[in-house]
Amino acid sequence: MPDGAGTAFVRIAGLKRYFDVSAPWLVRTIEGRPRQIVQAVDGIDIEIAKGETFSLVGESGCGKSTVARLVVGLYPPTAGSIEFDGNDMAARHSRADMAALRRRMQMIFQDPFASLNPRWRVFDIIAEPIRAFGLSKDKADLEKRVGDLLRQVRLAPVDGRKFPHEFSGGQRQRISIARALASQPEFLVCDEPTSALDVSVQAQILNLMVDLQRRFGLTYLFISHNLAVVYHISTRVGVMYLGRLVEVAPTETLFTRPKHPYTRMLLDTIPDLDMTGRQRTPVAGEVPSPINPPSGCTFHPRCPFANDRCKAERPAPLAIEGGTVTCHAIEEGRLPIEDRVYVANS
Amino acid sequence: MMATPSNNPPLLEVKNLRVEFPTRRGTLLAVDDVSFDIAPGEVLGVVGESGAGKSLTGNAIIGLLEPPGRIAGGEIRLEGRRIDNLPYEEMRKVRGARIGAIFQDPLTSLNPLYSVGRQLIETIQTHLRLSAAAARTRALDLLKEVGIPGAETRIDHYPHQFSGGMRQRVVIALALCAGPRLIVADEPTTALDVSIQAQIIALLKRLCREHGTAVMLVTHDMGVIAETADRVAVMYAGRIAEIGPVRDVVKHAKHPYTKGLMGSIPSLGVRTERLTQIDGAMPRLTEIPDGCAFNPRCTERGARCLVERPNLMAAGTSRAACWLHDRGGVGTPIAKETVDA
Amino acid sequence: MVKGSALSGWLHRAADSDVWWSFKSSPLTVSAATVTFLIVAIAFLSPILAPHTPFDPATLSLSDGLKPPAMLSADGDWTFPLGTDDQGRDILSSIMYGTRLSLVVGLASVVVAMALGITLGLVSGYIGGAVDALIMRIADVQLTFPAILVALLIDGVVRGIISVKRHDEIAIYVIVGAIGLSFWVQYARTVRGSVLVEKNKEYVQAARVIGLSPLLIMVRHVLPNVTGPVLVIATINLGLAIITEATLSFLGVGLPSTEPSLGTLIRLGNEVLQSGDWWITVFPGATLAALVLAVNLLGDWLRDALNPKLR
Repeated sequence: MPDGAGTAFVRIAGLKRYFDVSAPWLVRTIEGRPRQIVQAVDGIDIEIAKGETFSLVGESGCGKSTVARLVVGLYPPTAGSIEFDGNDMAARHSRADMAALRRRMQMIFQDPFASLNPRWRVFDIIAEPIRAFGLSKDKADLEKRVGDLLRQVRLAPVDGRKFPHEFSGGQRQRISIARALASQPEFLVCDEPTSALDVSVQAQILNLMVDLQRRFGLTYLFISHNLAVVYHISTRVGVMYLGRLVEVAPTETLFTRPKHPYTRMLLDTIPDLDMTGRQRTPVAGEVPSPINPPSGCTFHPRCPFANDRCKAERPAPLAIEGGTVTCHAIEEGRLPIEDRVYVANS
Repeated sequence: MMATPSNNPPLLEVKNLRVEFPTRRGTLLAVDDVSFDIAPGEVLGVVGESGAGKSLTGNAIIGLLEPPGRIAGGEIRLEGRRIDNLPYEEMRKVRGARIGAIFQDPLTSLNPLYSVGRQLIETIQTHLRLSAAAARTRALDLLKEVGIPGAETRIDHYPHQFSGGMRQRVVIALALCAGPRLIVADEPTTALDVSIQAQIIALLKRLCREHGTAVMLVTHDMGVIAETADRVAVMYAGRIAEIGPVRDVVKHAKHPYTKGLMGSIPSLGVRTERLTQIDGAMPRLTEIPDGCAFNPRCTERGARCLVERPNLMAAGTSRAACWLHDRGGVGTPIAKETVDA
Repeated sequence: MVKGSALSGWLHRAADSDVWWSFKSSPLTVSAATVTFLIVAIAFLSPILAPHTPFDPATLSLSDGLKPPAMLSADGDWTFPLGTDDQGRDILSSIMYGTRLSLVVGLASVVVAMALGITLGLVSGYIGGAVDALIMRIADVQLTFPAILVALLIDGVVRGIISVKRHDEIAIYVIVGAIGLSFWVQYARTVRGSVLVEKNKEYVQAARVIGLSPLLIMVRHVLPNVTGPVLVIATINLGLAIITEATLSFLGVGLPSTEPSLGTLIRLGNEVLQSGDWWITVFPGATLAALVLAVNLLGDWLRDALNPKLR
């Protein structure tokens, strides 16, 4: 499981994105209000190796969706860099080069109802990337490609003539996947692709994504708030809180030996479907507003292990057991790391 | 026939409930012959995927079915008294005083124009004969019980001044304030963050135990059910597929749909890359198959399943609507229809 | 897939749709649609249907002037079923040609307003920022003036610039332009609102991820999704445009009396109203009222039919 510096397929370094949510200038001047900046993403470092699935988890407001959009270029970063296969995405590339880079990365969105244009036929929706990147020579070839894509996501080629509203949520998500695959990308950013789906449909879509990954050698950046899903499909996991990465580790390690107090709390919130009678310690407090984050380590108000240093000083990432943790308590050795065992559903 | 936790008469009895929607293309049957009981103080989970009819069942019980939907058959009895055929005014008295409701979206459950205290006091005074001062005291006590810090000040705050989790606590307070015997909660934690969900569920459990209130918990989230419910009913295509003690249904499901459902849920016990999936999708209301509604997707079906519709029958400690548990069996096995959909 | 089957497929879907069903089930709407259709058909077929050619001076004779409607006249002569005006022009034929002119001007102005409004609304909503602010402020300013005033203003300015004879020739374009320019704001605002909603939807983001230019995204993706409400506004606007043209013509600043529209006819009749020759004003007025009412009712129905919440 590579996490070495030289082999990274996607490298994100010091990524920041701030949003200015101040009131309009006139209101501010009259009412004397200060500027308000939301630090949605506040310094993220991630390396993803080719062929792996890196999952980014966190609750709402932690910035994981913003990271997804930064990576595909929907927002420009306020600071930091995104490197794709050695190419700096922010550098000035010629239009042709930029198009070639864009072709290799695509995105799958969360809402199956808003991610397809309701006025377009499915055929045109899937054909759009092929047409935009000039990947097809003629009409017959285009039809064949779209037909193949539909078959790959377990729909029928005749479904191309229909409109999105004629399909269920799970089927629409398959169409989204087909569209994402149309340009033959190597890297897919998936923003909570199954959160809006029923459980049994989620299983189908996740299985499909795993199959496609194997078949086409895809690399995934998978955004989710559902830790159980992440457990099953990820190679490595990153936990975000209020715009910062608090822990990154290989999946098995993260779940069996969680280090950061927030990671432990999150794992505690996973429902006990195996009916072990495991006691869940309810999490204290709520996620603070990102406009006014707490000082030092942003988690300190909710952390049972916080000391004065945590309130004052922002911790730096510490390399440990194949991953990184950003926590003073771990660094100082105050917080022991224990093994967790999960009982199988028998 | 049901082994209820106590042998008191059931608090809520639903018998053969049918909810239908007349449309210009014909009448759609959204809830088809559903029967269950809730004992006093018990938590019954009603779980199902979208379109299974669980929310409609909950709405029918509270009397908030949106027209043109209507109850087309069966009866609903609360403490022995029929409530499905009450006129509007009578139902209004029942709602709030005897049945409380918690809905999914805390943002729209509270009126943004009135302070939280005012909404609580209004509900209290509508159903209980208390003076304004007594009502306010009761409201304050409730807010403290649901864990709102600084209740004395916050009682006069407006909903938008609370966070999502706090708002849902207020909604719970609102549901409990008139002392109902039953609460119908429709996806109470779905719109909340994962860490807040755990808090709210713990709160709901504790309060209902302390007040002796029964809960009908409608949700698609099996995890919430596993932690909160005493018994669970699994709904599929407007019918109950399986009903029984929660531990038995979750760990030893008797109906193939429930088995498939539990298998699709990723859990931390076993790490497999491929989750069990049920091929196909729940049928639309206009296309419900003959016989057992689940049969096209069922790996264990037989000839009988295509023609005869199974009712709930004994299956160990639970009941399941499946011919596998009948002495006659399923007949000749037939391969399932939907493949890899 | 053959083109023909595509059309019949669309027709099948349309016939089966909720919109058609709500149309059929409302007698008021069906009547309004019938009335509109009749008036429009008769108006546009006026060269064939009209009994006279009232605007060809050669066919007129002053001795026919001011004849009352046939049913009331002493000699029961049905040559002029609705009577004549002071020049001897047949009222019925005048109404037919006049309605045609009113409809043409009305439709054309609606098209101009729509084109301008949709374009500006799309650009304003999608690009945002300073462009949006500028366009919306212009719209706000224009909204403070009544549409009639704006049309009058534009018309007056043009008259001032161009000679009278030349003006008569291009009067119709000036009127269409003036009315169109006074109505664009409504379209722009509605479209802008819809664009702001659609802009954040994920299918637009998906198009941006592919790398399409903003213009392509605006036209191909956003535009088809924001035109729904525009249709409703256009239908109601049609009635307004016809009335506005009639008002302008009534005031004498619209179309010249050589080619009168309904409004001009009403004005002409107004001048002799005092002497008891009522038919010259009343019949064109009644036609105008019927047309606008029918069109407005259609617009009401369309708004309700296309509103998913009411279904």
